[in-house]
Amino acid sequence: MHSIILATAIRLLLPLMLLFSLFLLLRGHNEPGGGFVGGLVVAAAFALYTLAHGAHEGRRMLRIDPLRLVAIGLLIALCSGLLPLLAGLPFLTGLWSSLPAPVIGHAGTPLLFDLGVYLLVAGMALLIIFTLMEES
Amino acid sequence: MLLTLLLAIPLGLFAWFALQIGPVAAGQVLQAALPWIPSLGVTLSFRVDGLGLLFALLISGIGALVLLYASSYLHDHPHLDRFYGYLLSFMAAMLGTVLAGDLITLFVFWELTGICSFLLIGFDYRQEASRRAALQALLVTGAGGLALLAGIILLAKAAGSSDLAVILASGDQIRNHNLYLPILLLLLAGAFTKSAQFPFQFWLPGAMAAPTPVSAYLHSATMVKLGVFLLARFAPALGGTDSWFVWLTAVGGITLLLGAARAVLRTDLKQILAWTTVSALGMLTFLLGIGTPLAVTAALLLLTVHALYKSALFLAAGAVDHGTGTREVNRLGGLAPAMPQVALTAGLAALSMAGLLPFSGFIAKELFYEATLHAPVVPWLLSAVALAGNSLTVAAALLAGYLPFYGTLRDGSLHPHRVDLRLWLPPLVPALIGLLVGLFPGGFGTLLLAPAVAQVAGAQLPVALALWHGFGPVLLLSLATLGSGICLFLLCRRWGLLQRLPGWDTEQLYDLLLERLPGCASSVTLRLQSGNLRYYLMAVTGVAVALMAATLFTSSTGTLQLPMPDGSLHEWLTALVILAGALFATITSSRLAAVAALGVVGYGVALIYIIFGAPDLAMTQFCIETLSIILFVLVLHKLPHFTLLSTTRSRLRDLTVALGIGSVMTMLVWRAVSQPLVPSLSTWFMEQSLPAGHGRNVVNVILVDFRALDTLGEITVLAVAALGVYGMLKPRSGKGGTD
Repeated sequence: MHSIILATAIRLLLPLMLLFSLFLLLRGHNEPGGGFVGGLVVAAAFALYTLAHGAHEGRRMLRIDPLRLVAIGLLIALCSGLLPLLAGLPFLTGLWSSLPAPVIGHAGTPLLFDLGVYLLVAGMALLIIFTLMEES
Repeated sequence: MLLTLLLAIPLGLFAWFALQIGPVAAGQVLQAALPWIPSLGVTLSFRVDGLGLLFALLISGIGALVLLYASSYLHDHPHLDRFYGYLLSFMAAMLGTVLAGDLITLFVFWELTGICSFLLIGFDYRQEASRRAALQALLVTGAGGLALLAGIILLAKAAGSSDLAVILASGDQIRNHNLYLPILLLLLAGAFTKSAQFPFQFWLPGAMAAPTPVSAYLHSATMVKLGVFLLARFAPALGGTDSWFVWLTAVGGITLLLGAARAVLRTDLKQILAWTTVSALGMLTFLLGIGTPLAVTAALLLLTVHALYKSALFLAAGAVDHGTGTREVNRLGGLAPAMPQVALTAGLAALSMAGLLPFSGFIAKELFYEATLHAPVVPWLLSAVALAGNSLTVAAALLAGYLPFYGTLRDGSLHPHRVDLRLWLPPLVPALIGLLVGLFPGGFGTLLLAPAVAQVAGAQLPVALALWHGFGPVLLLSLATLGSGICLFLLCRRWGLLQRLPGWDTEQLYDLLLERLPGCASSVTLRLQSGNLRYYLMAVTGVAVALMAATLFTSSTGTLQLPMPDGSLHEWLTALVILAGALFATITSSRLAAVAALGVVGYGVALIYIIFGAPDLAMTQFCIETLSIILFVLVLHKLPHFTLLSTTRSRLRDLTVALGIGSVMTMLVWRAVSQPLVPSLSTWFMEQSLPAGHGRNVVNVILVDFRALDTLGEITVLAVAALGVYGMLKPRSGKGGTD
């Protein structure tokens, strides 16, 4: 299925959706949003791109193997839990910087954890989508 | 150099244990404990008492001799260093078991001995027979170990503590406990498998595939005696009952007769010795079953005497094997001039085994008969069993200790040569000690045997060993034993053809079990893992529905209240849309339409989230719905046209399952809303979100901070699921596309 409307629209929509997903991820701690839904938006953006241009183009645009994205996400989430161990605190204790930052409020390991979730969810959804698309 | 260093370990241990003889004989119990799992009351504790010390001396002493012997016996083996490692690990495990002061400690070391035994039996792992024997020993003793674990857990429960001192002191409480019989049978299962009692006797002769030093050490002197040790250890807590007497004397009696009878029908030296070991272990169980102080003394003396002469005989058999290249008694003979020291050793050990006068074996046999003659019940039957077993043992002793060394060499092609000092000295030492104990029994009796007997019998008893017991029925029995034993030996030589009796053994049951088990397992697996997704779903949901329904009906506290439907128009409309979508999805015959209808249901639910103030959930739900529909579309267009393949019956079944889930969930929600919610949890999260989690979005703070461990678990599941999907789909996608 090839649709010119979709192909043209997604070229503009893709960066916007990626930006939006980052926005969701970063504001998630204070406003509706978060890593999970952010990751889903990434997946939806690339899914639409893949529908318009095919799986090969989709993979090229993503640049990174979604399987690797899953692994990296899990690793980041795990590392965010391991960091407090260095400070002598229990696994997964939240560490926070005292400096306020725009949009996110404070930076801390929970944000890193959320980043891991974000990457993993996006990777997982794209892994399935790409594999299914390539089968046809 | 390496050998000297290694020898220093068992010799040092032996010296240390020898220094403890005095204090322990004075009634002292040395103890040491480290907290291990304090919350469960488990400590790593050790105690050196009479029984443990007797074993510890045997283990470290014979261990040192075997180590020296192995350095020559296996000197050209490429893995000699590995052998040393296994042997010393085994020694540590053995010492840990016999000196354990806590049930858990005892069990852990007990299992370690089994693992070391596996490694040692399978030392020549390139030979199939070795691997098979190793696995057999591991499976049999490992199964017994599991029974033992269950037994000691129950025992700790019955005694209220896993500390050995407490358990040994609360014998009456345990014997009157209603779990007494299960405890006894489970412990017996552990002891009988380890000590190769009927019907588990087959693994011990099989384990002769191990190198001879291993057979001498593990499978005659030490490890196989652990079962007997266990019985002796727990005799104060479990012994003295009718079931104890019946089980131990019956199983011990069968084992001693079976082992001795099989021993005289073998021609391989190691097999003869292995079966007499089985027989001796039977005797020990038998004696502990009788349980009188006299029988306990006889058992512990026989145990020591047996360890001494049997390790000597095994090591001598290994030296014969090394010097001639065979262990077949039919081919050997007249080796005494070629290897005089080995012949001397074997002669001394065999005389002790046969129970001749100045040897310690004589005292053990006299005590054995005295114990059976003074047994509280059926003394004549017990004495007859003892007489039969001992006569056969005499015949076996002649087979193993006389036949290879005297007379003429039966196979002219053999060229016996002298053996190294390290091959004849180690067996000579225990053989001589066996003689010394016989000549000076008093000191051994008071210093080593009496404290051990006191531990087993539960009371301090005078143990006065003497070589000469005077004339009486016991001496008559001893003479009868010798006479019939020599007759049996001559008969065996005459009827050389008896060697290949059709032997039905319980080993065939083991083989059958091992053969059938994989088939049985795969048929069960095929039934449970049919590979059909709808059955998996049905099983999962069916179980969930059944459990929830059972809980709902049994715990009907409070009344059900139908909440007042006070929704406004748009809420009703949303509900209507969801219902219509669900209904349409079930009746449409177009897959795409069904997927779209399901999407409508999903979006409707998301709308409800928005209406009731959960924007996070709604957002996620929208994304999930969108992505699912994309996925569905990708899959659906590959499927053939829709045709109705299911029968009415199976559709009715599906309808039942679906209605079951729906109604149970409805009931659950209804029940939930009928009860006033406990607000403390949600209030706590609301209050703590900003100060503790630095975030105003409570849902997100819960996900990434308060309950981050749950989330970590969930995303791990997601990652694994993704891998699963990838693995399932990938091989079928294009042949070139492998990345």
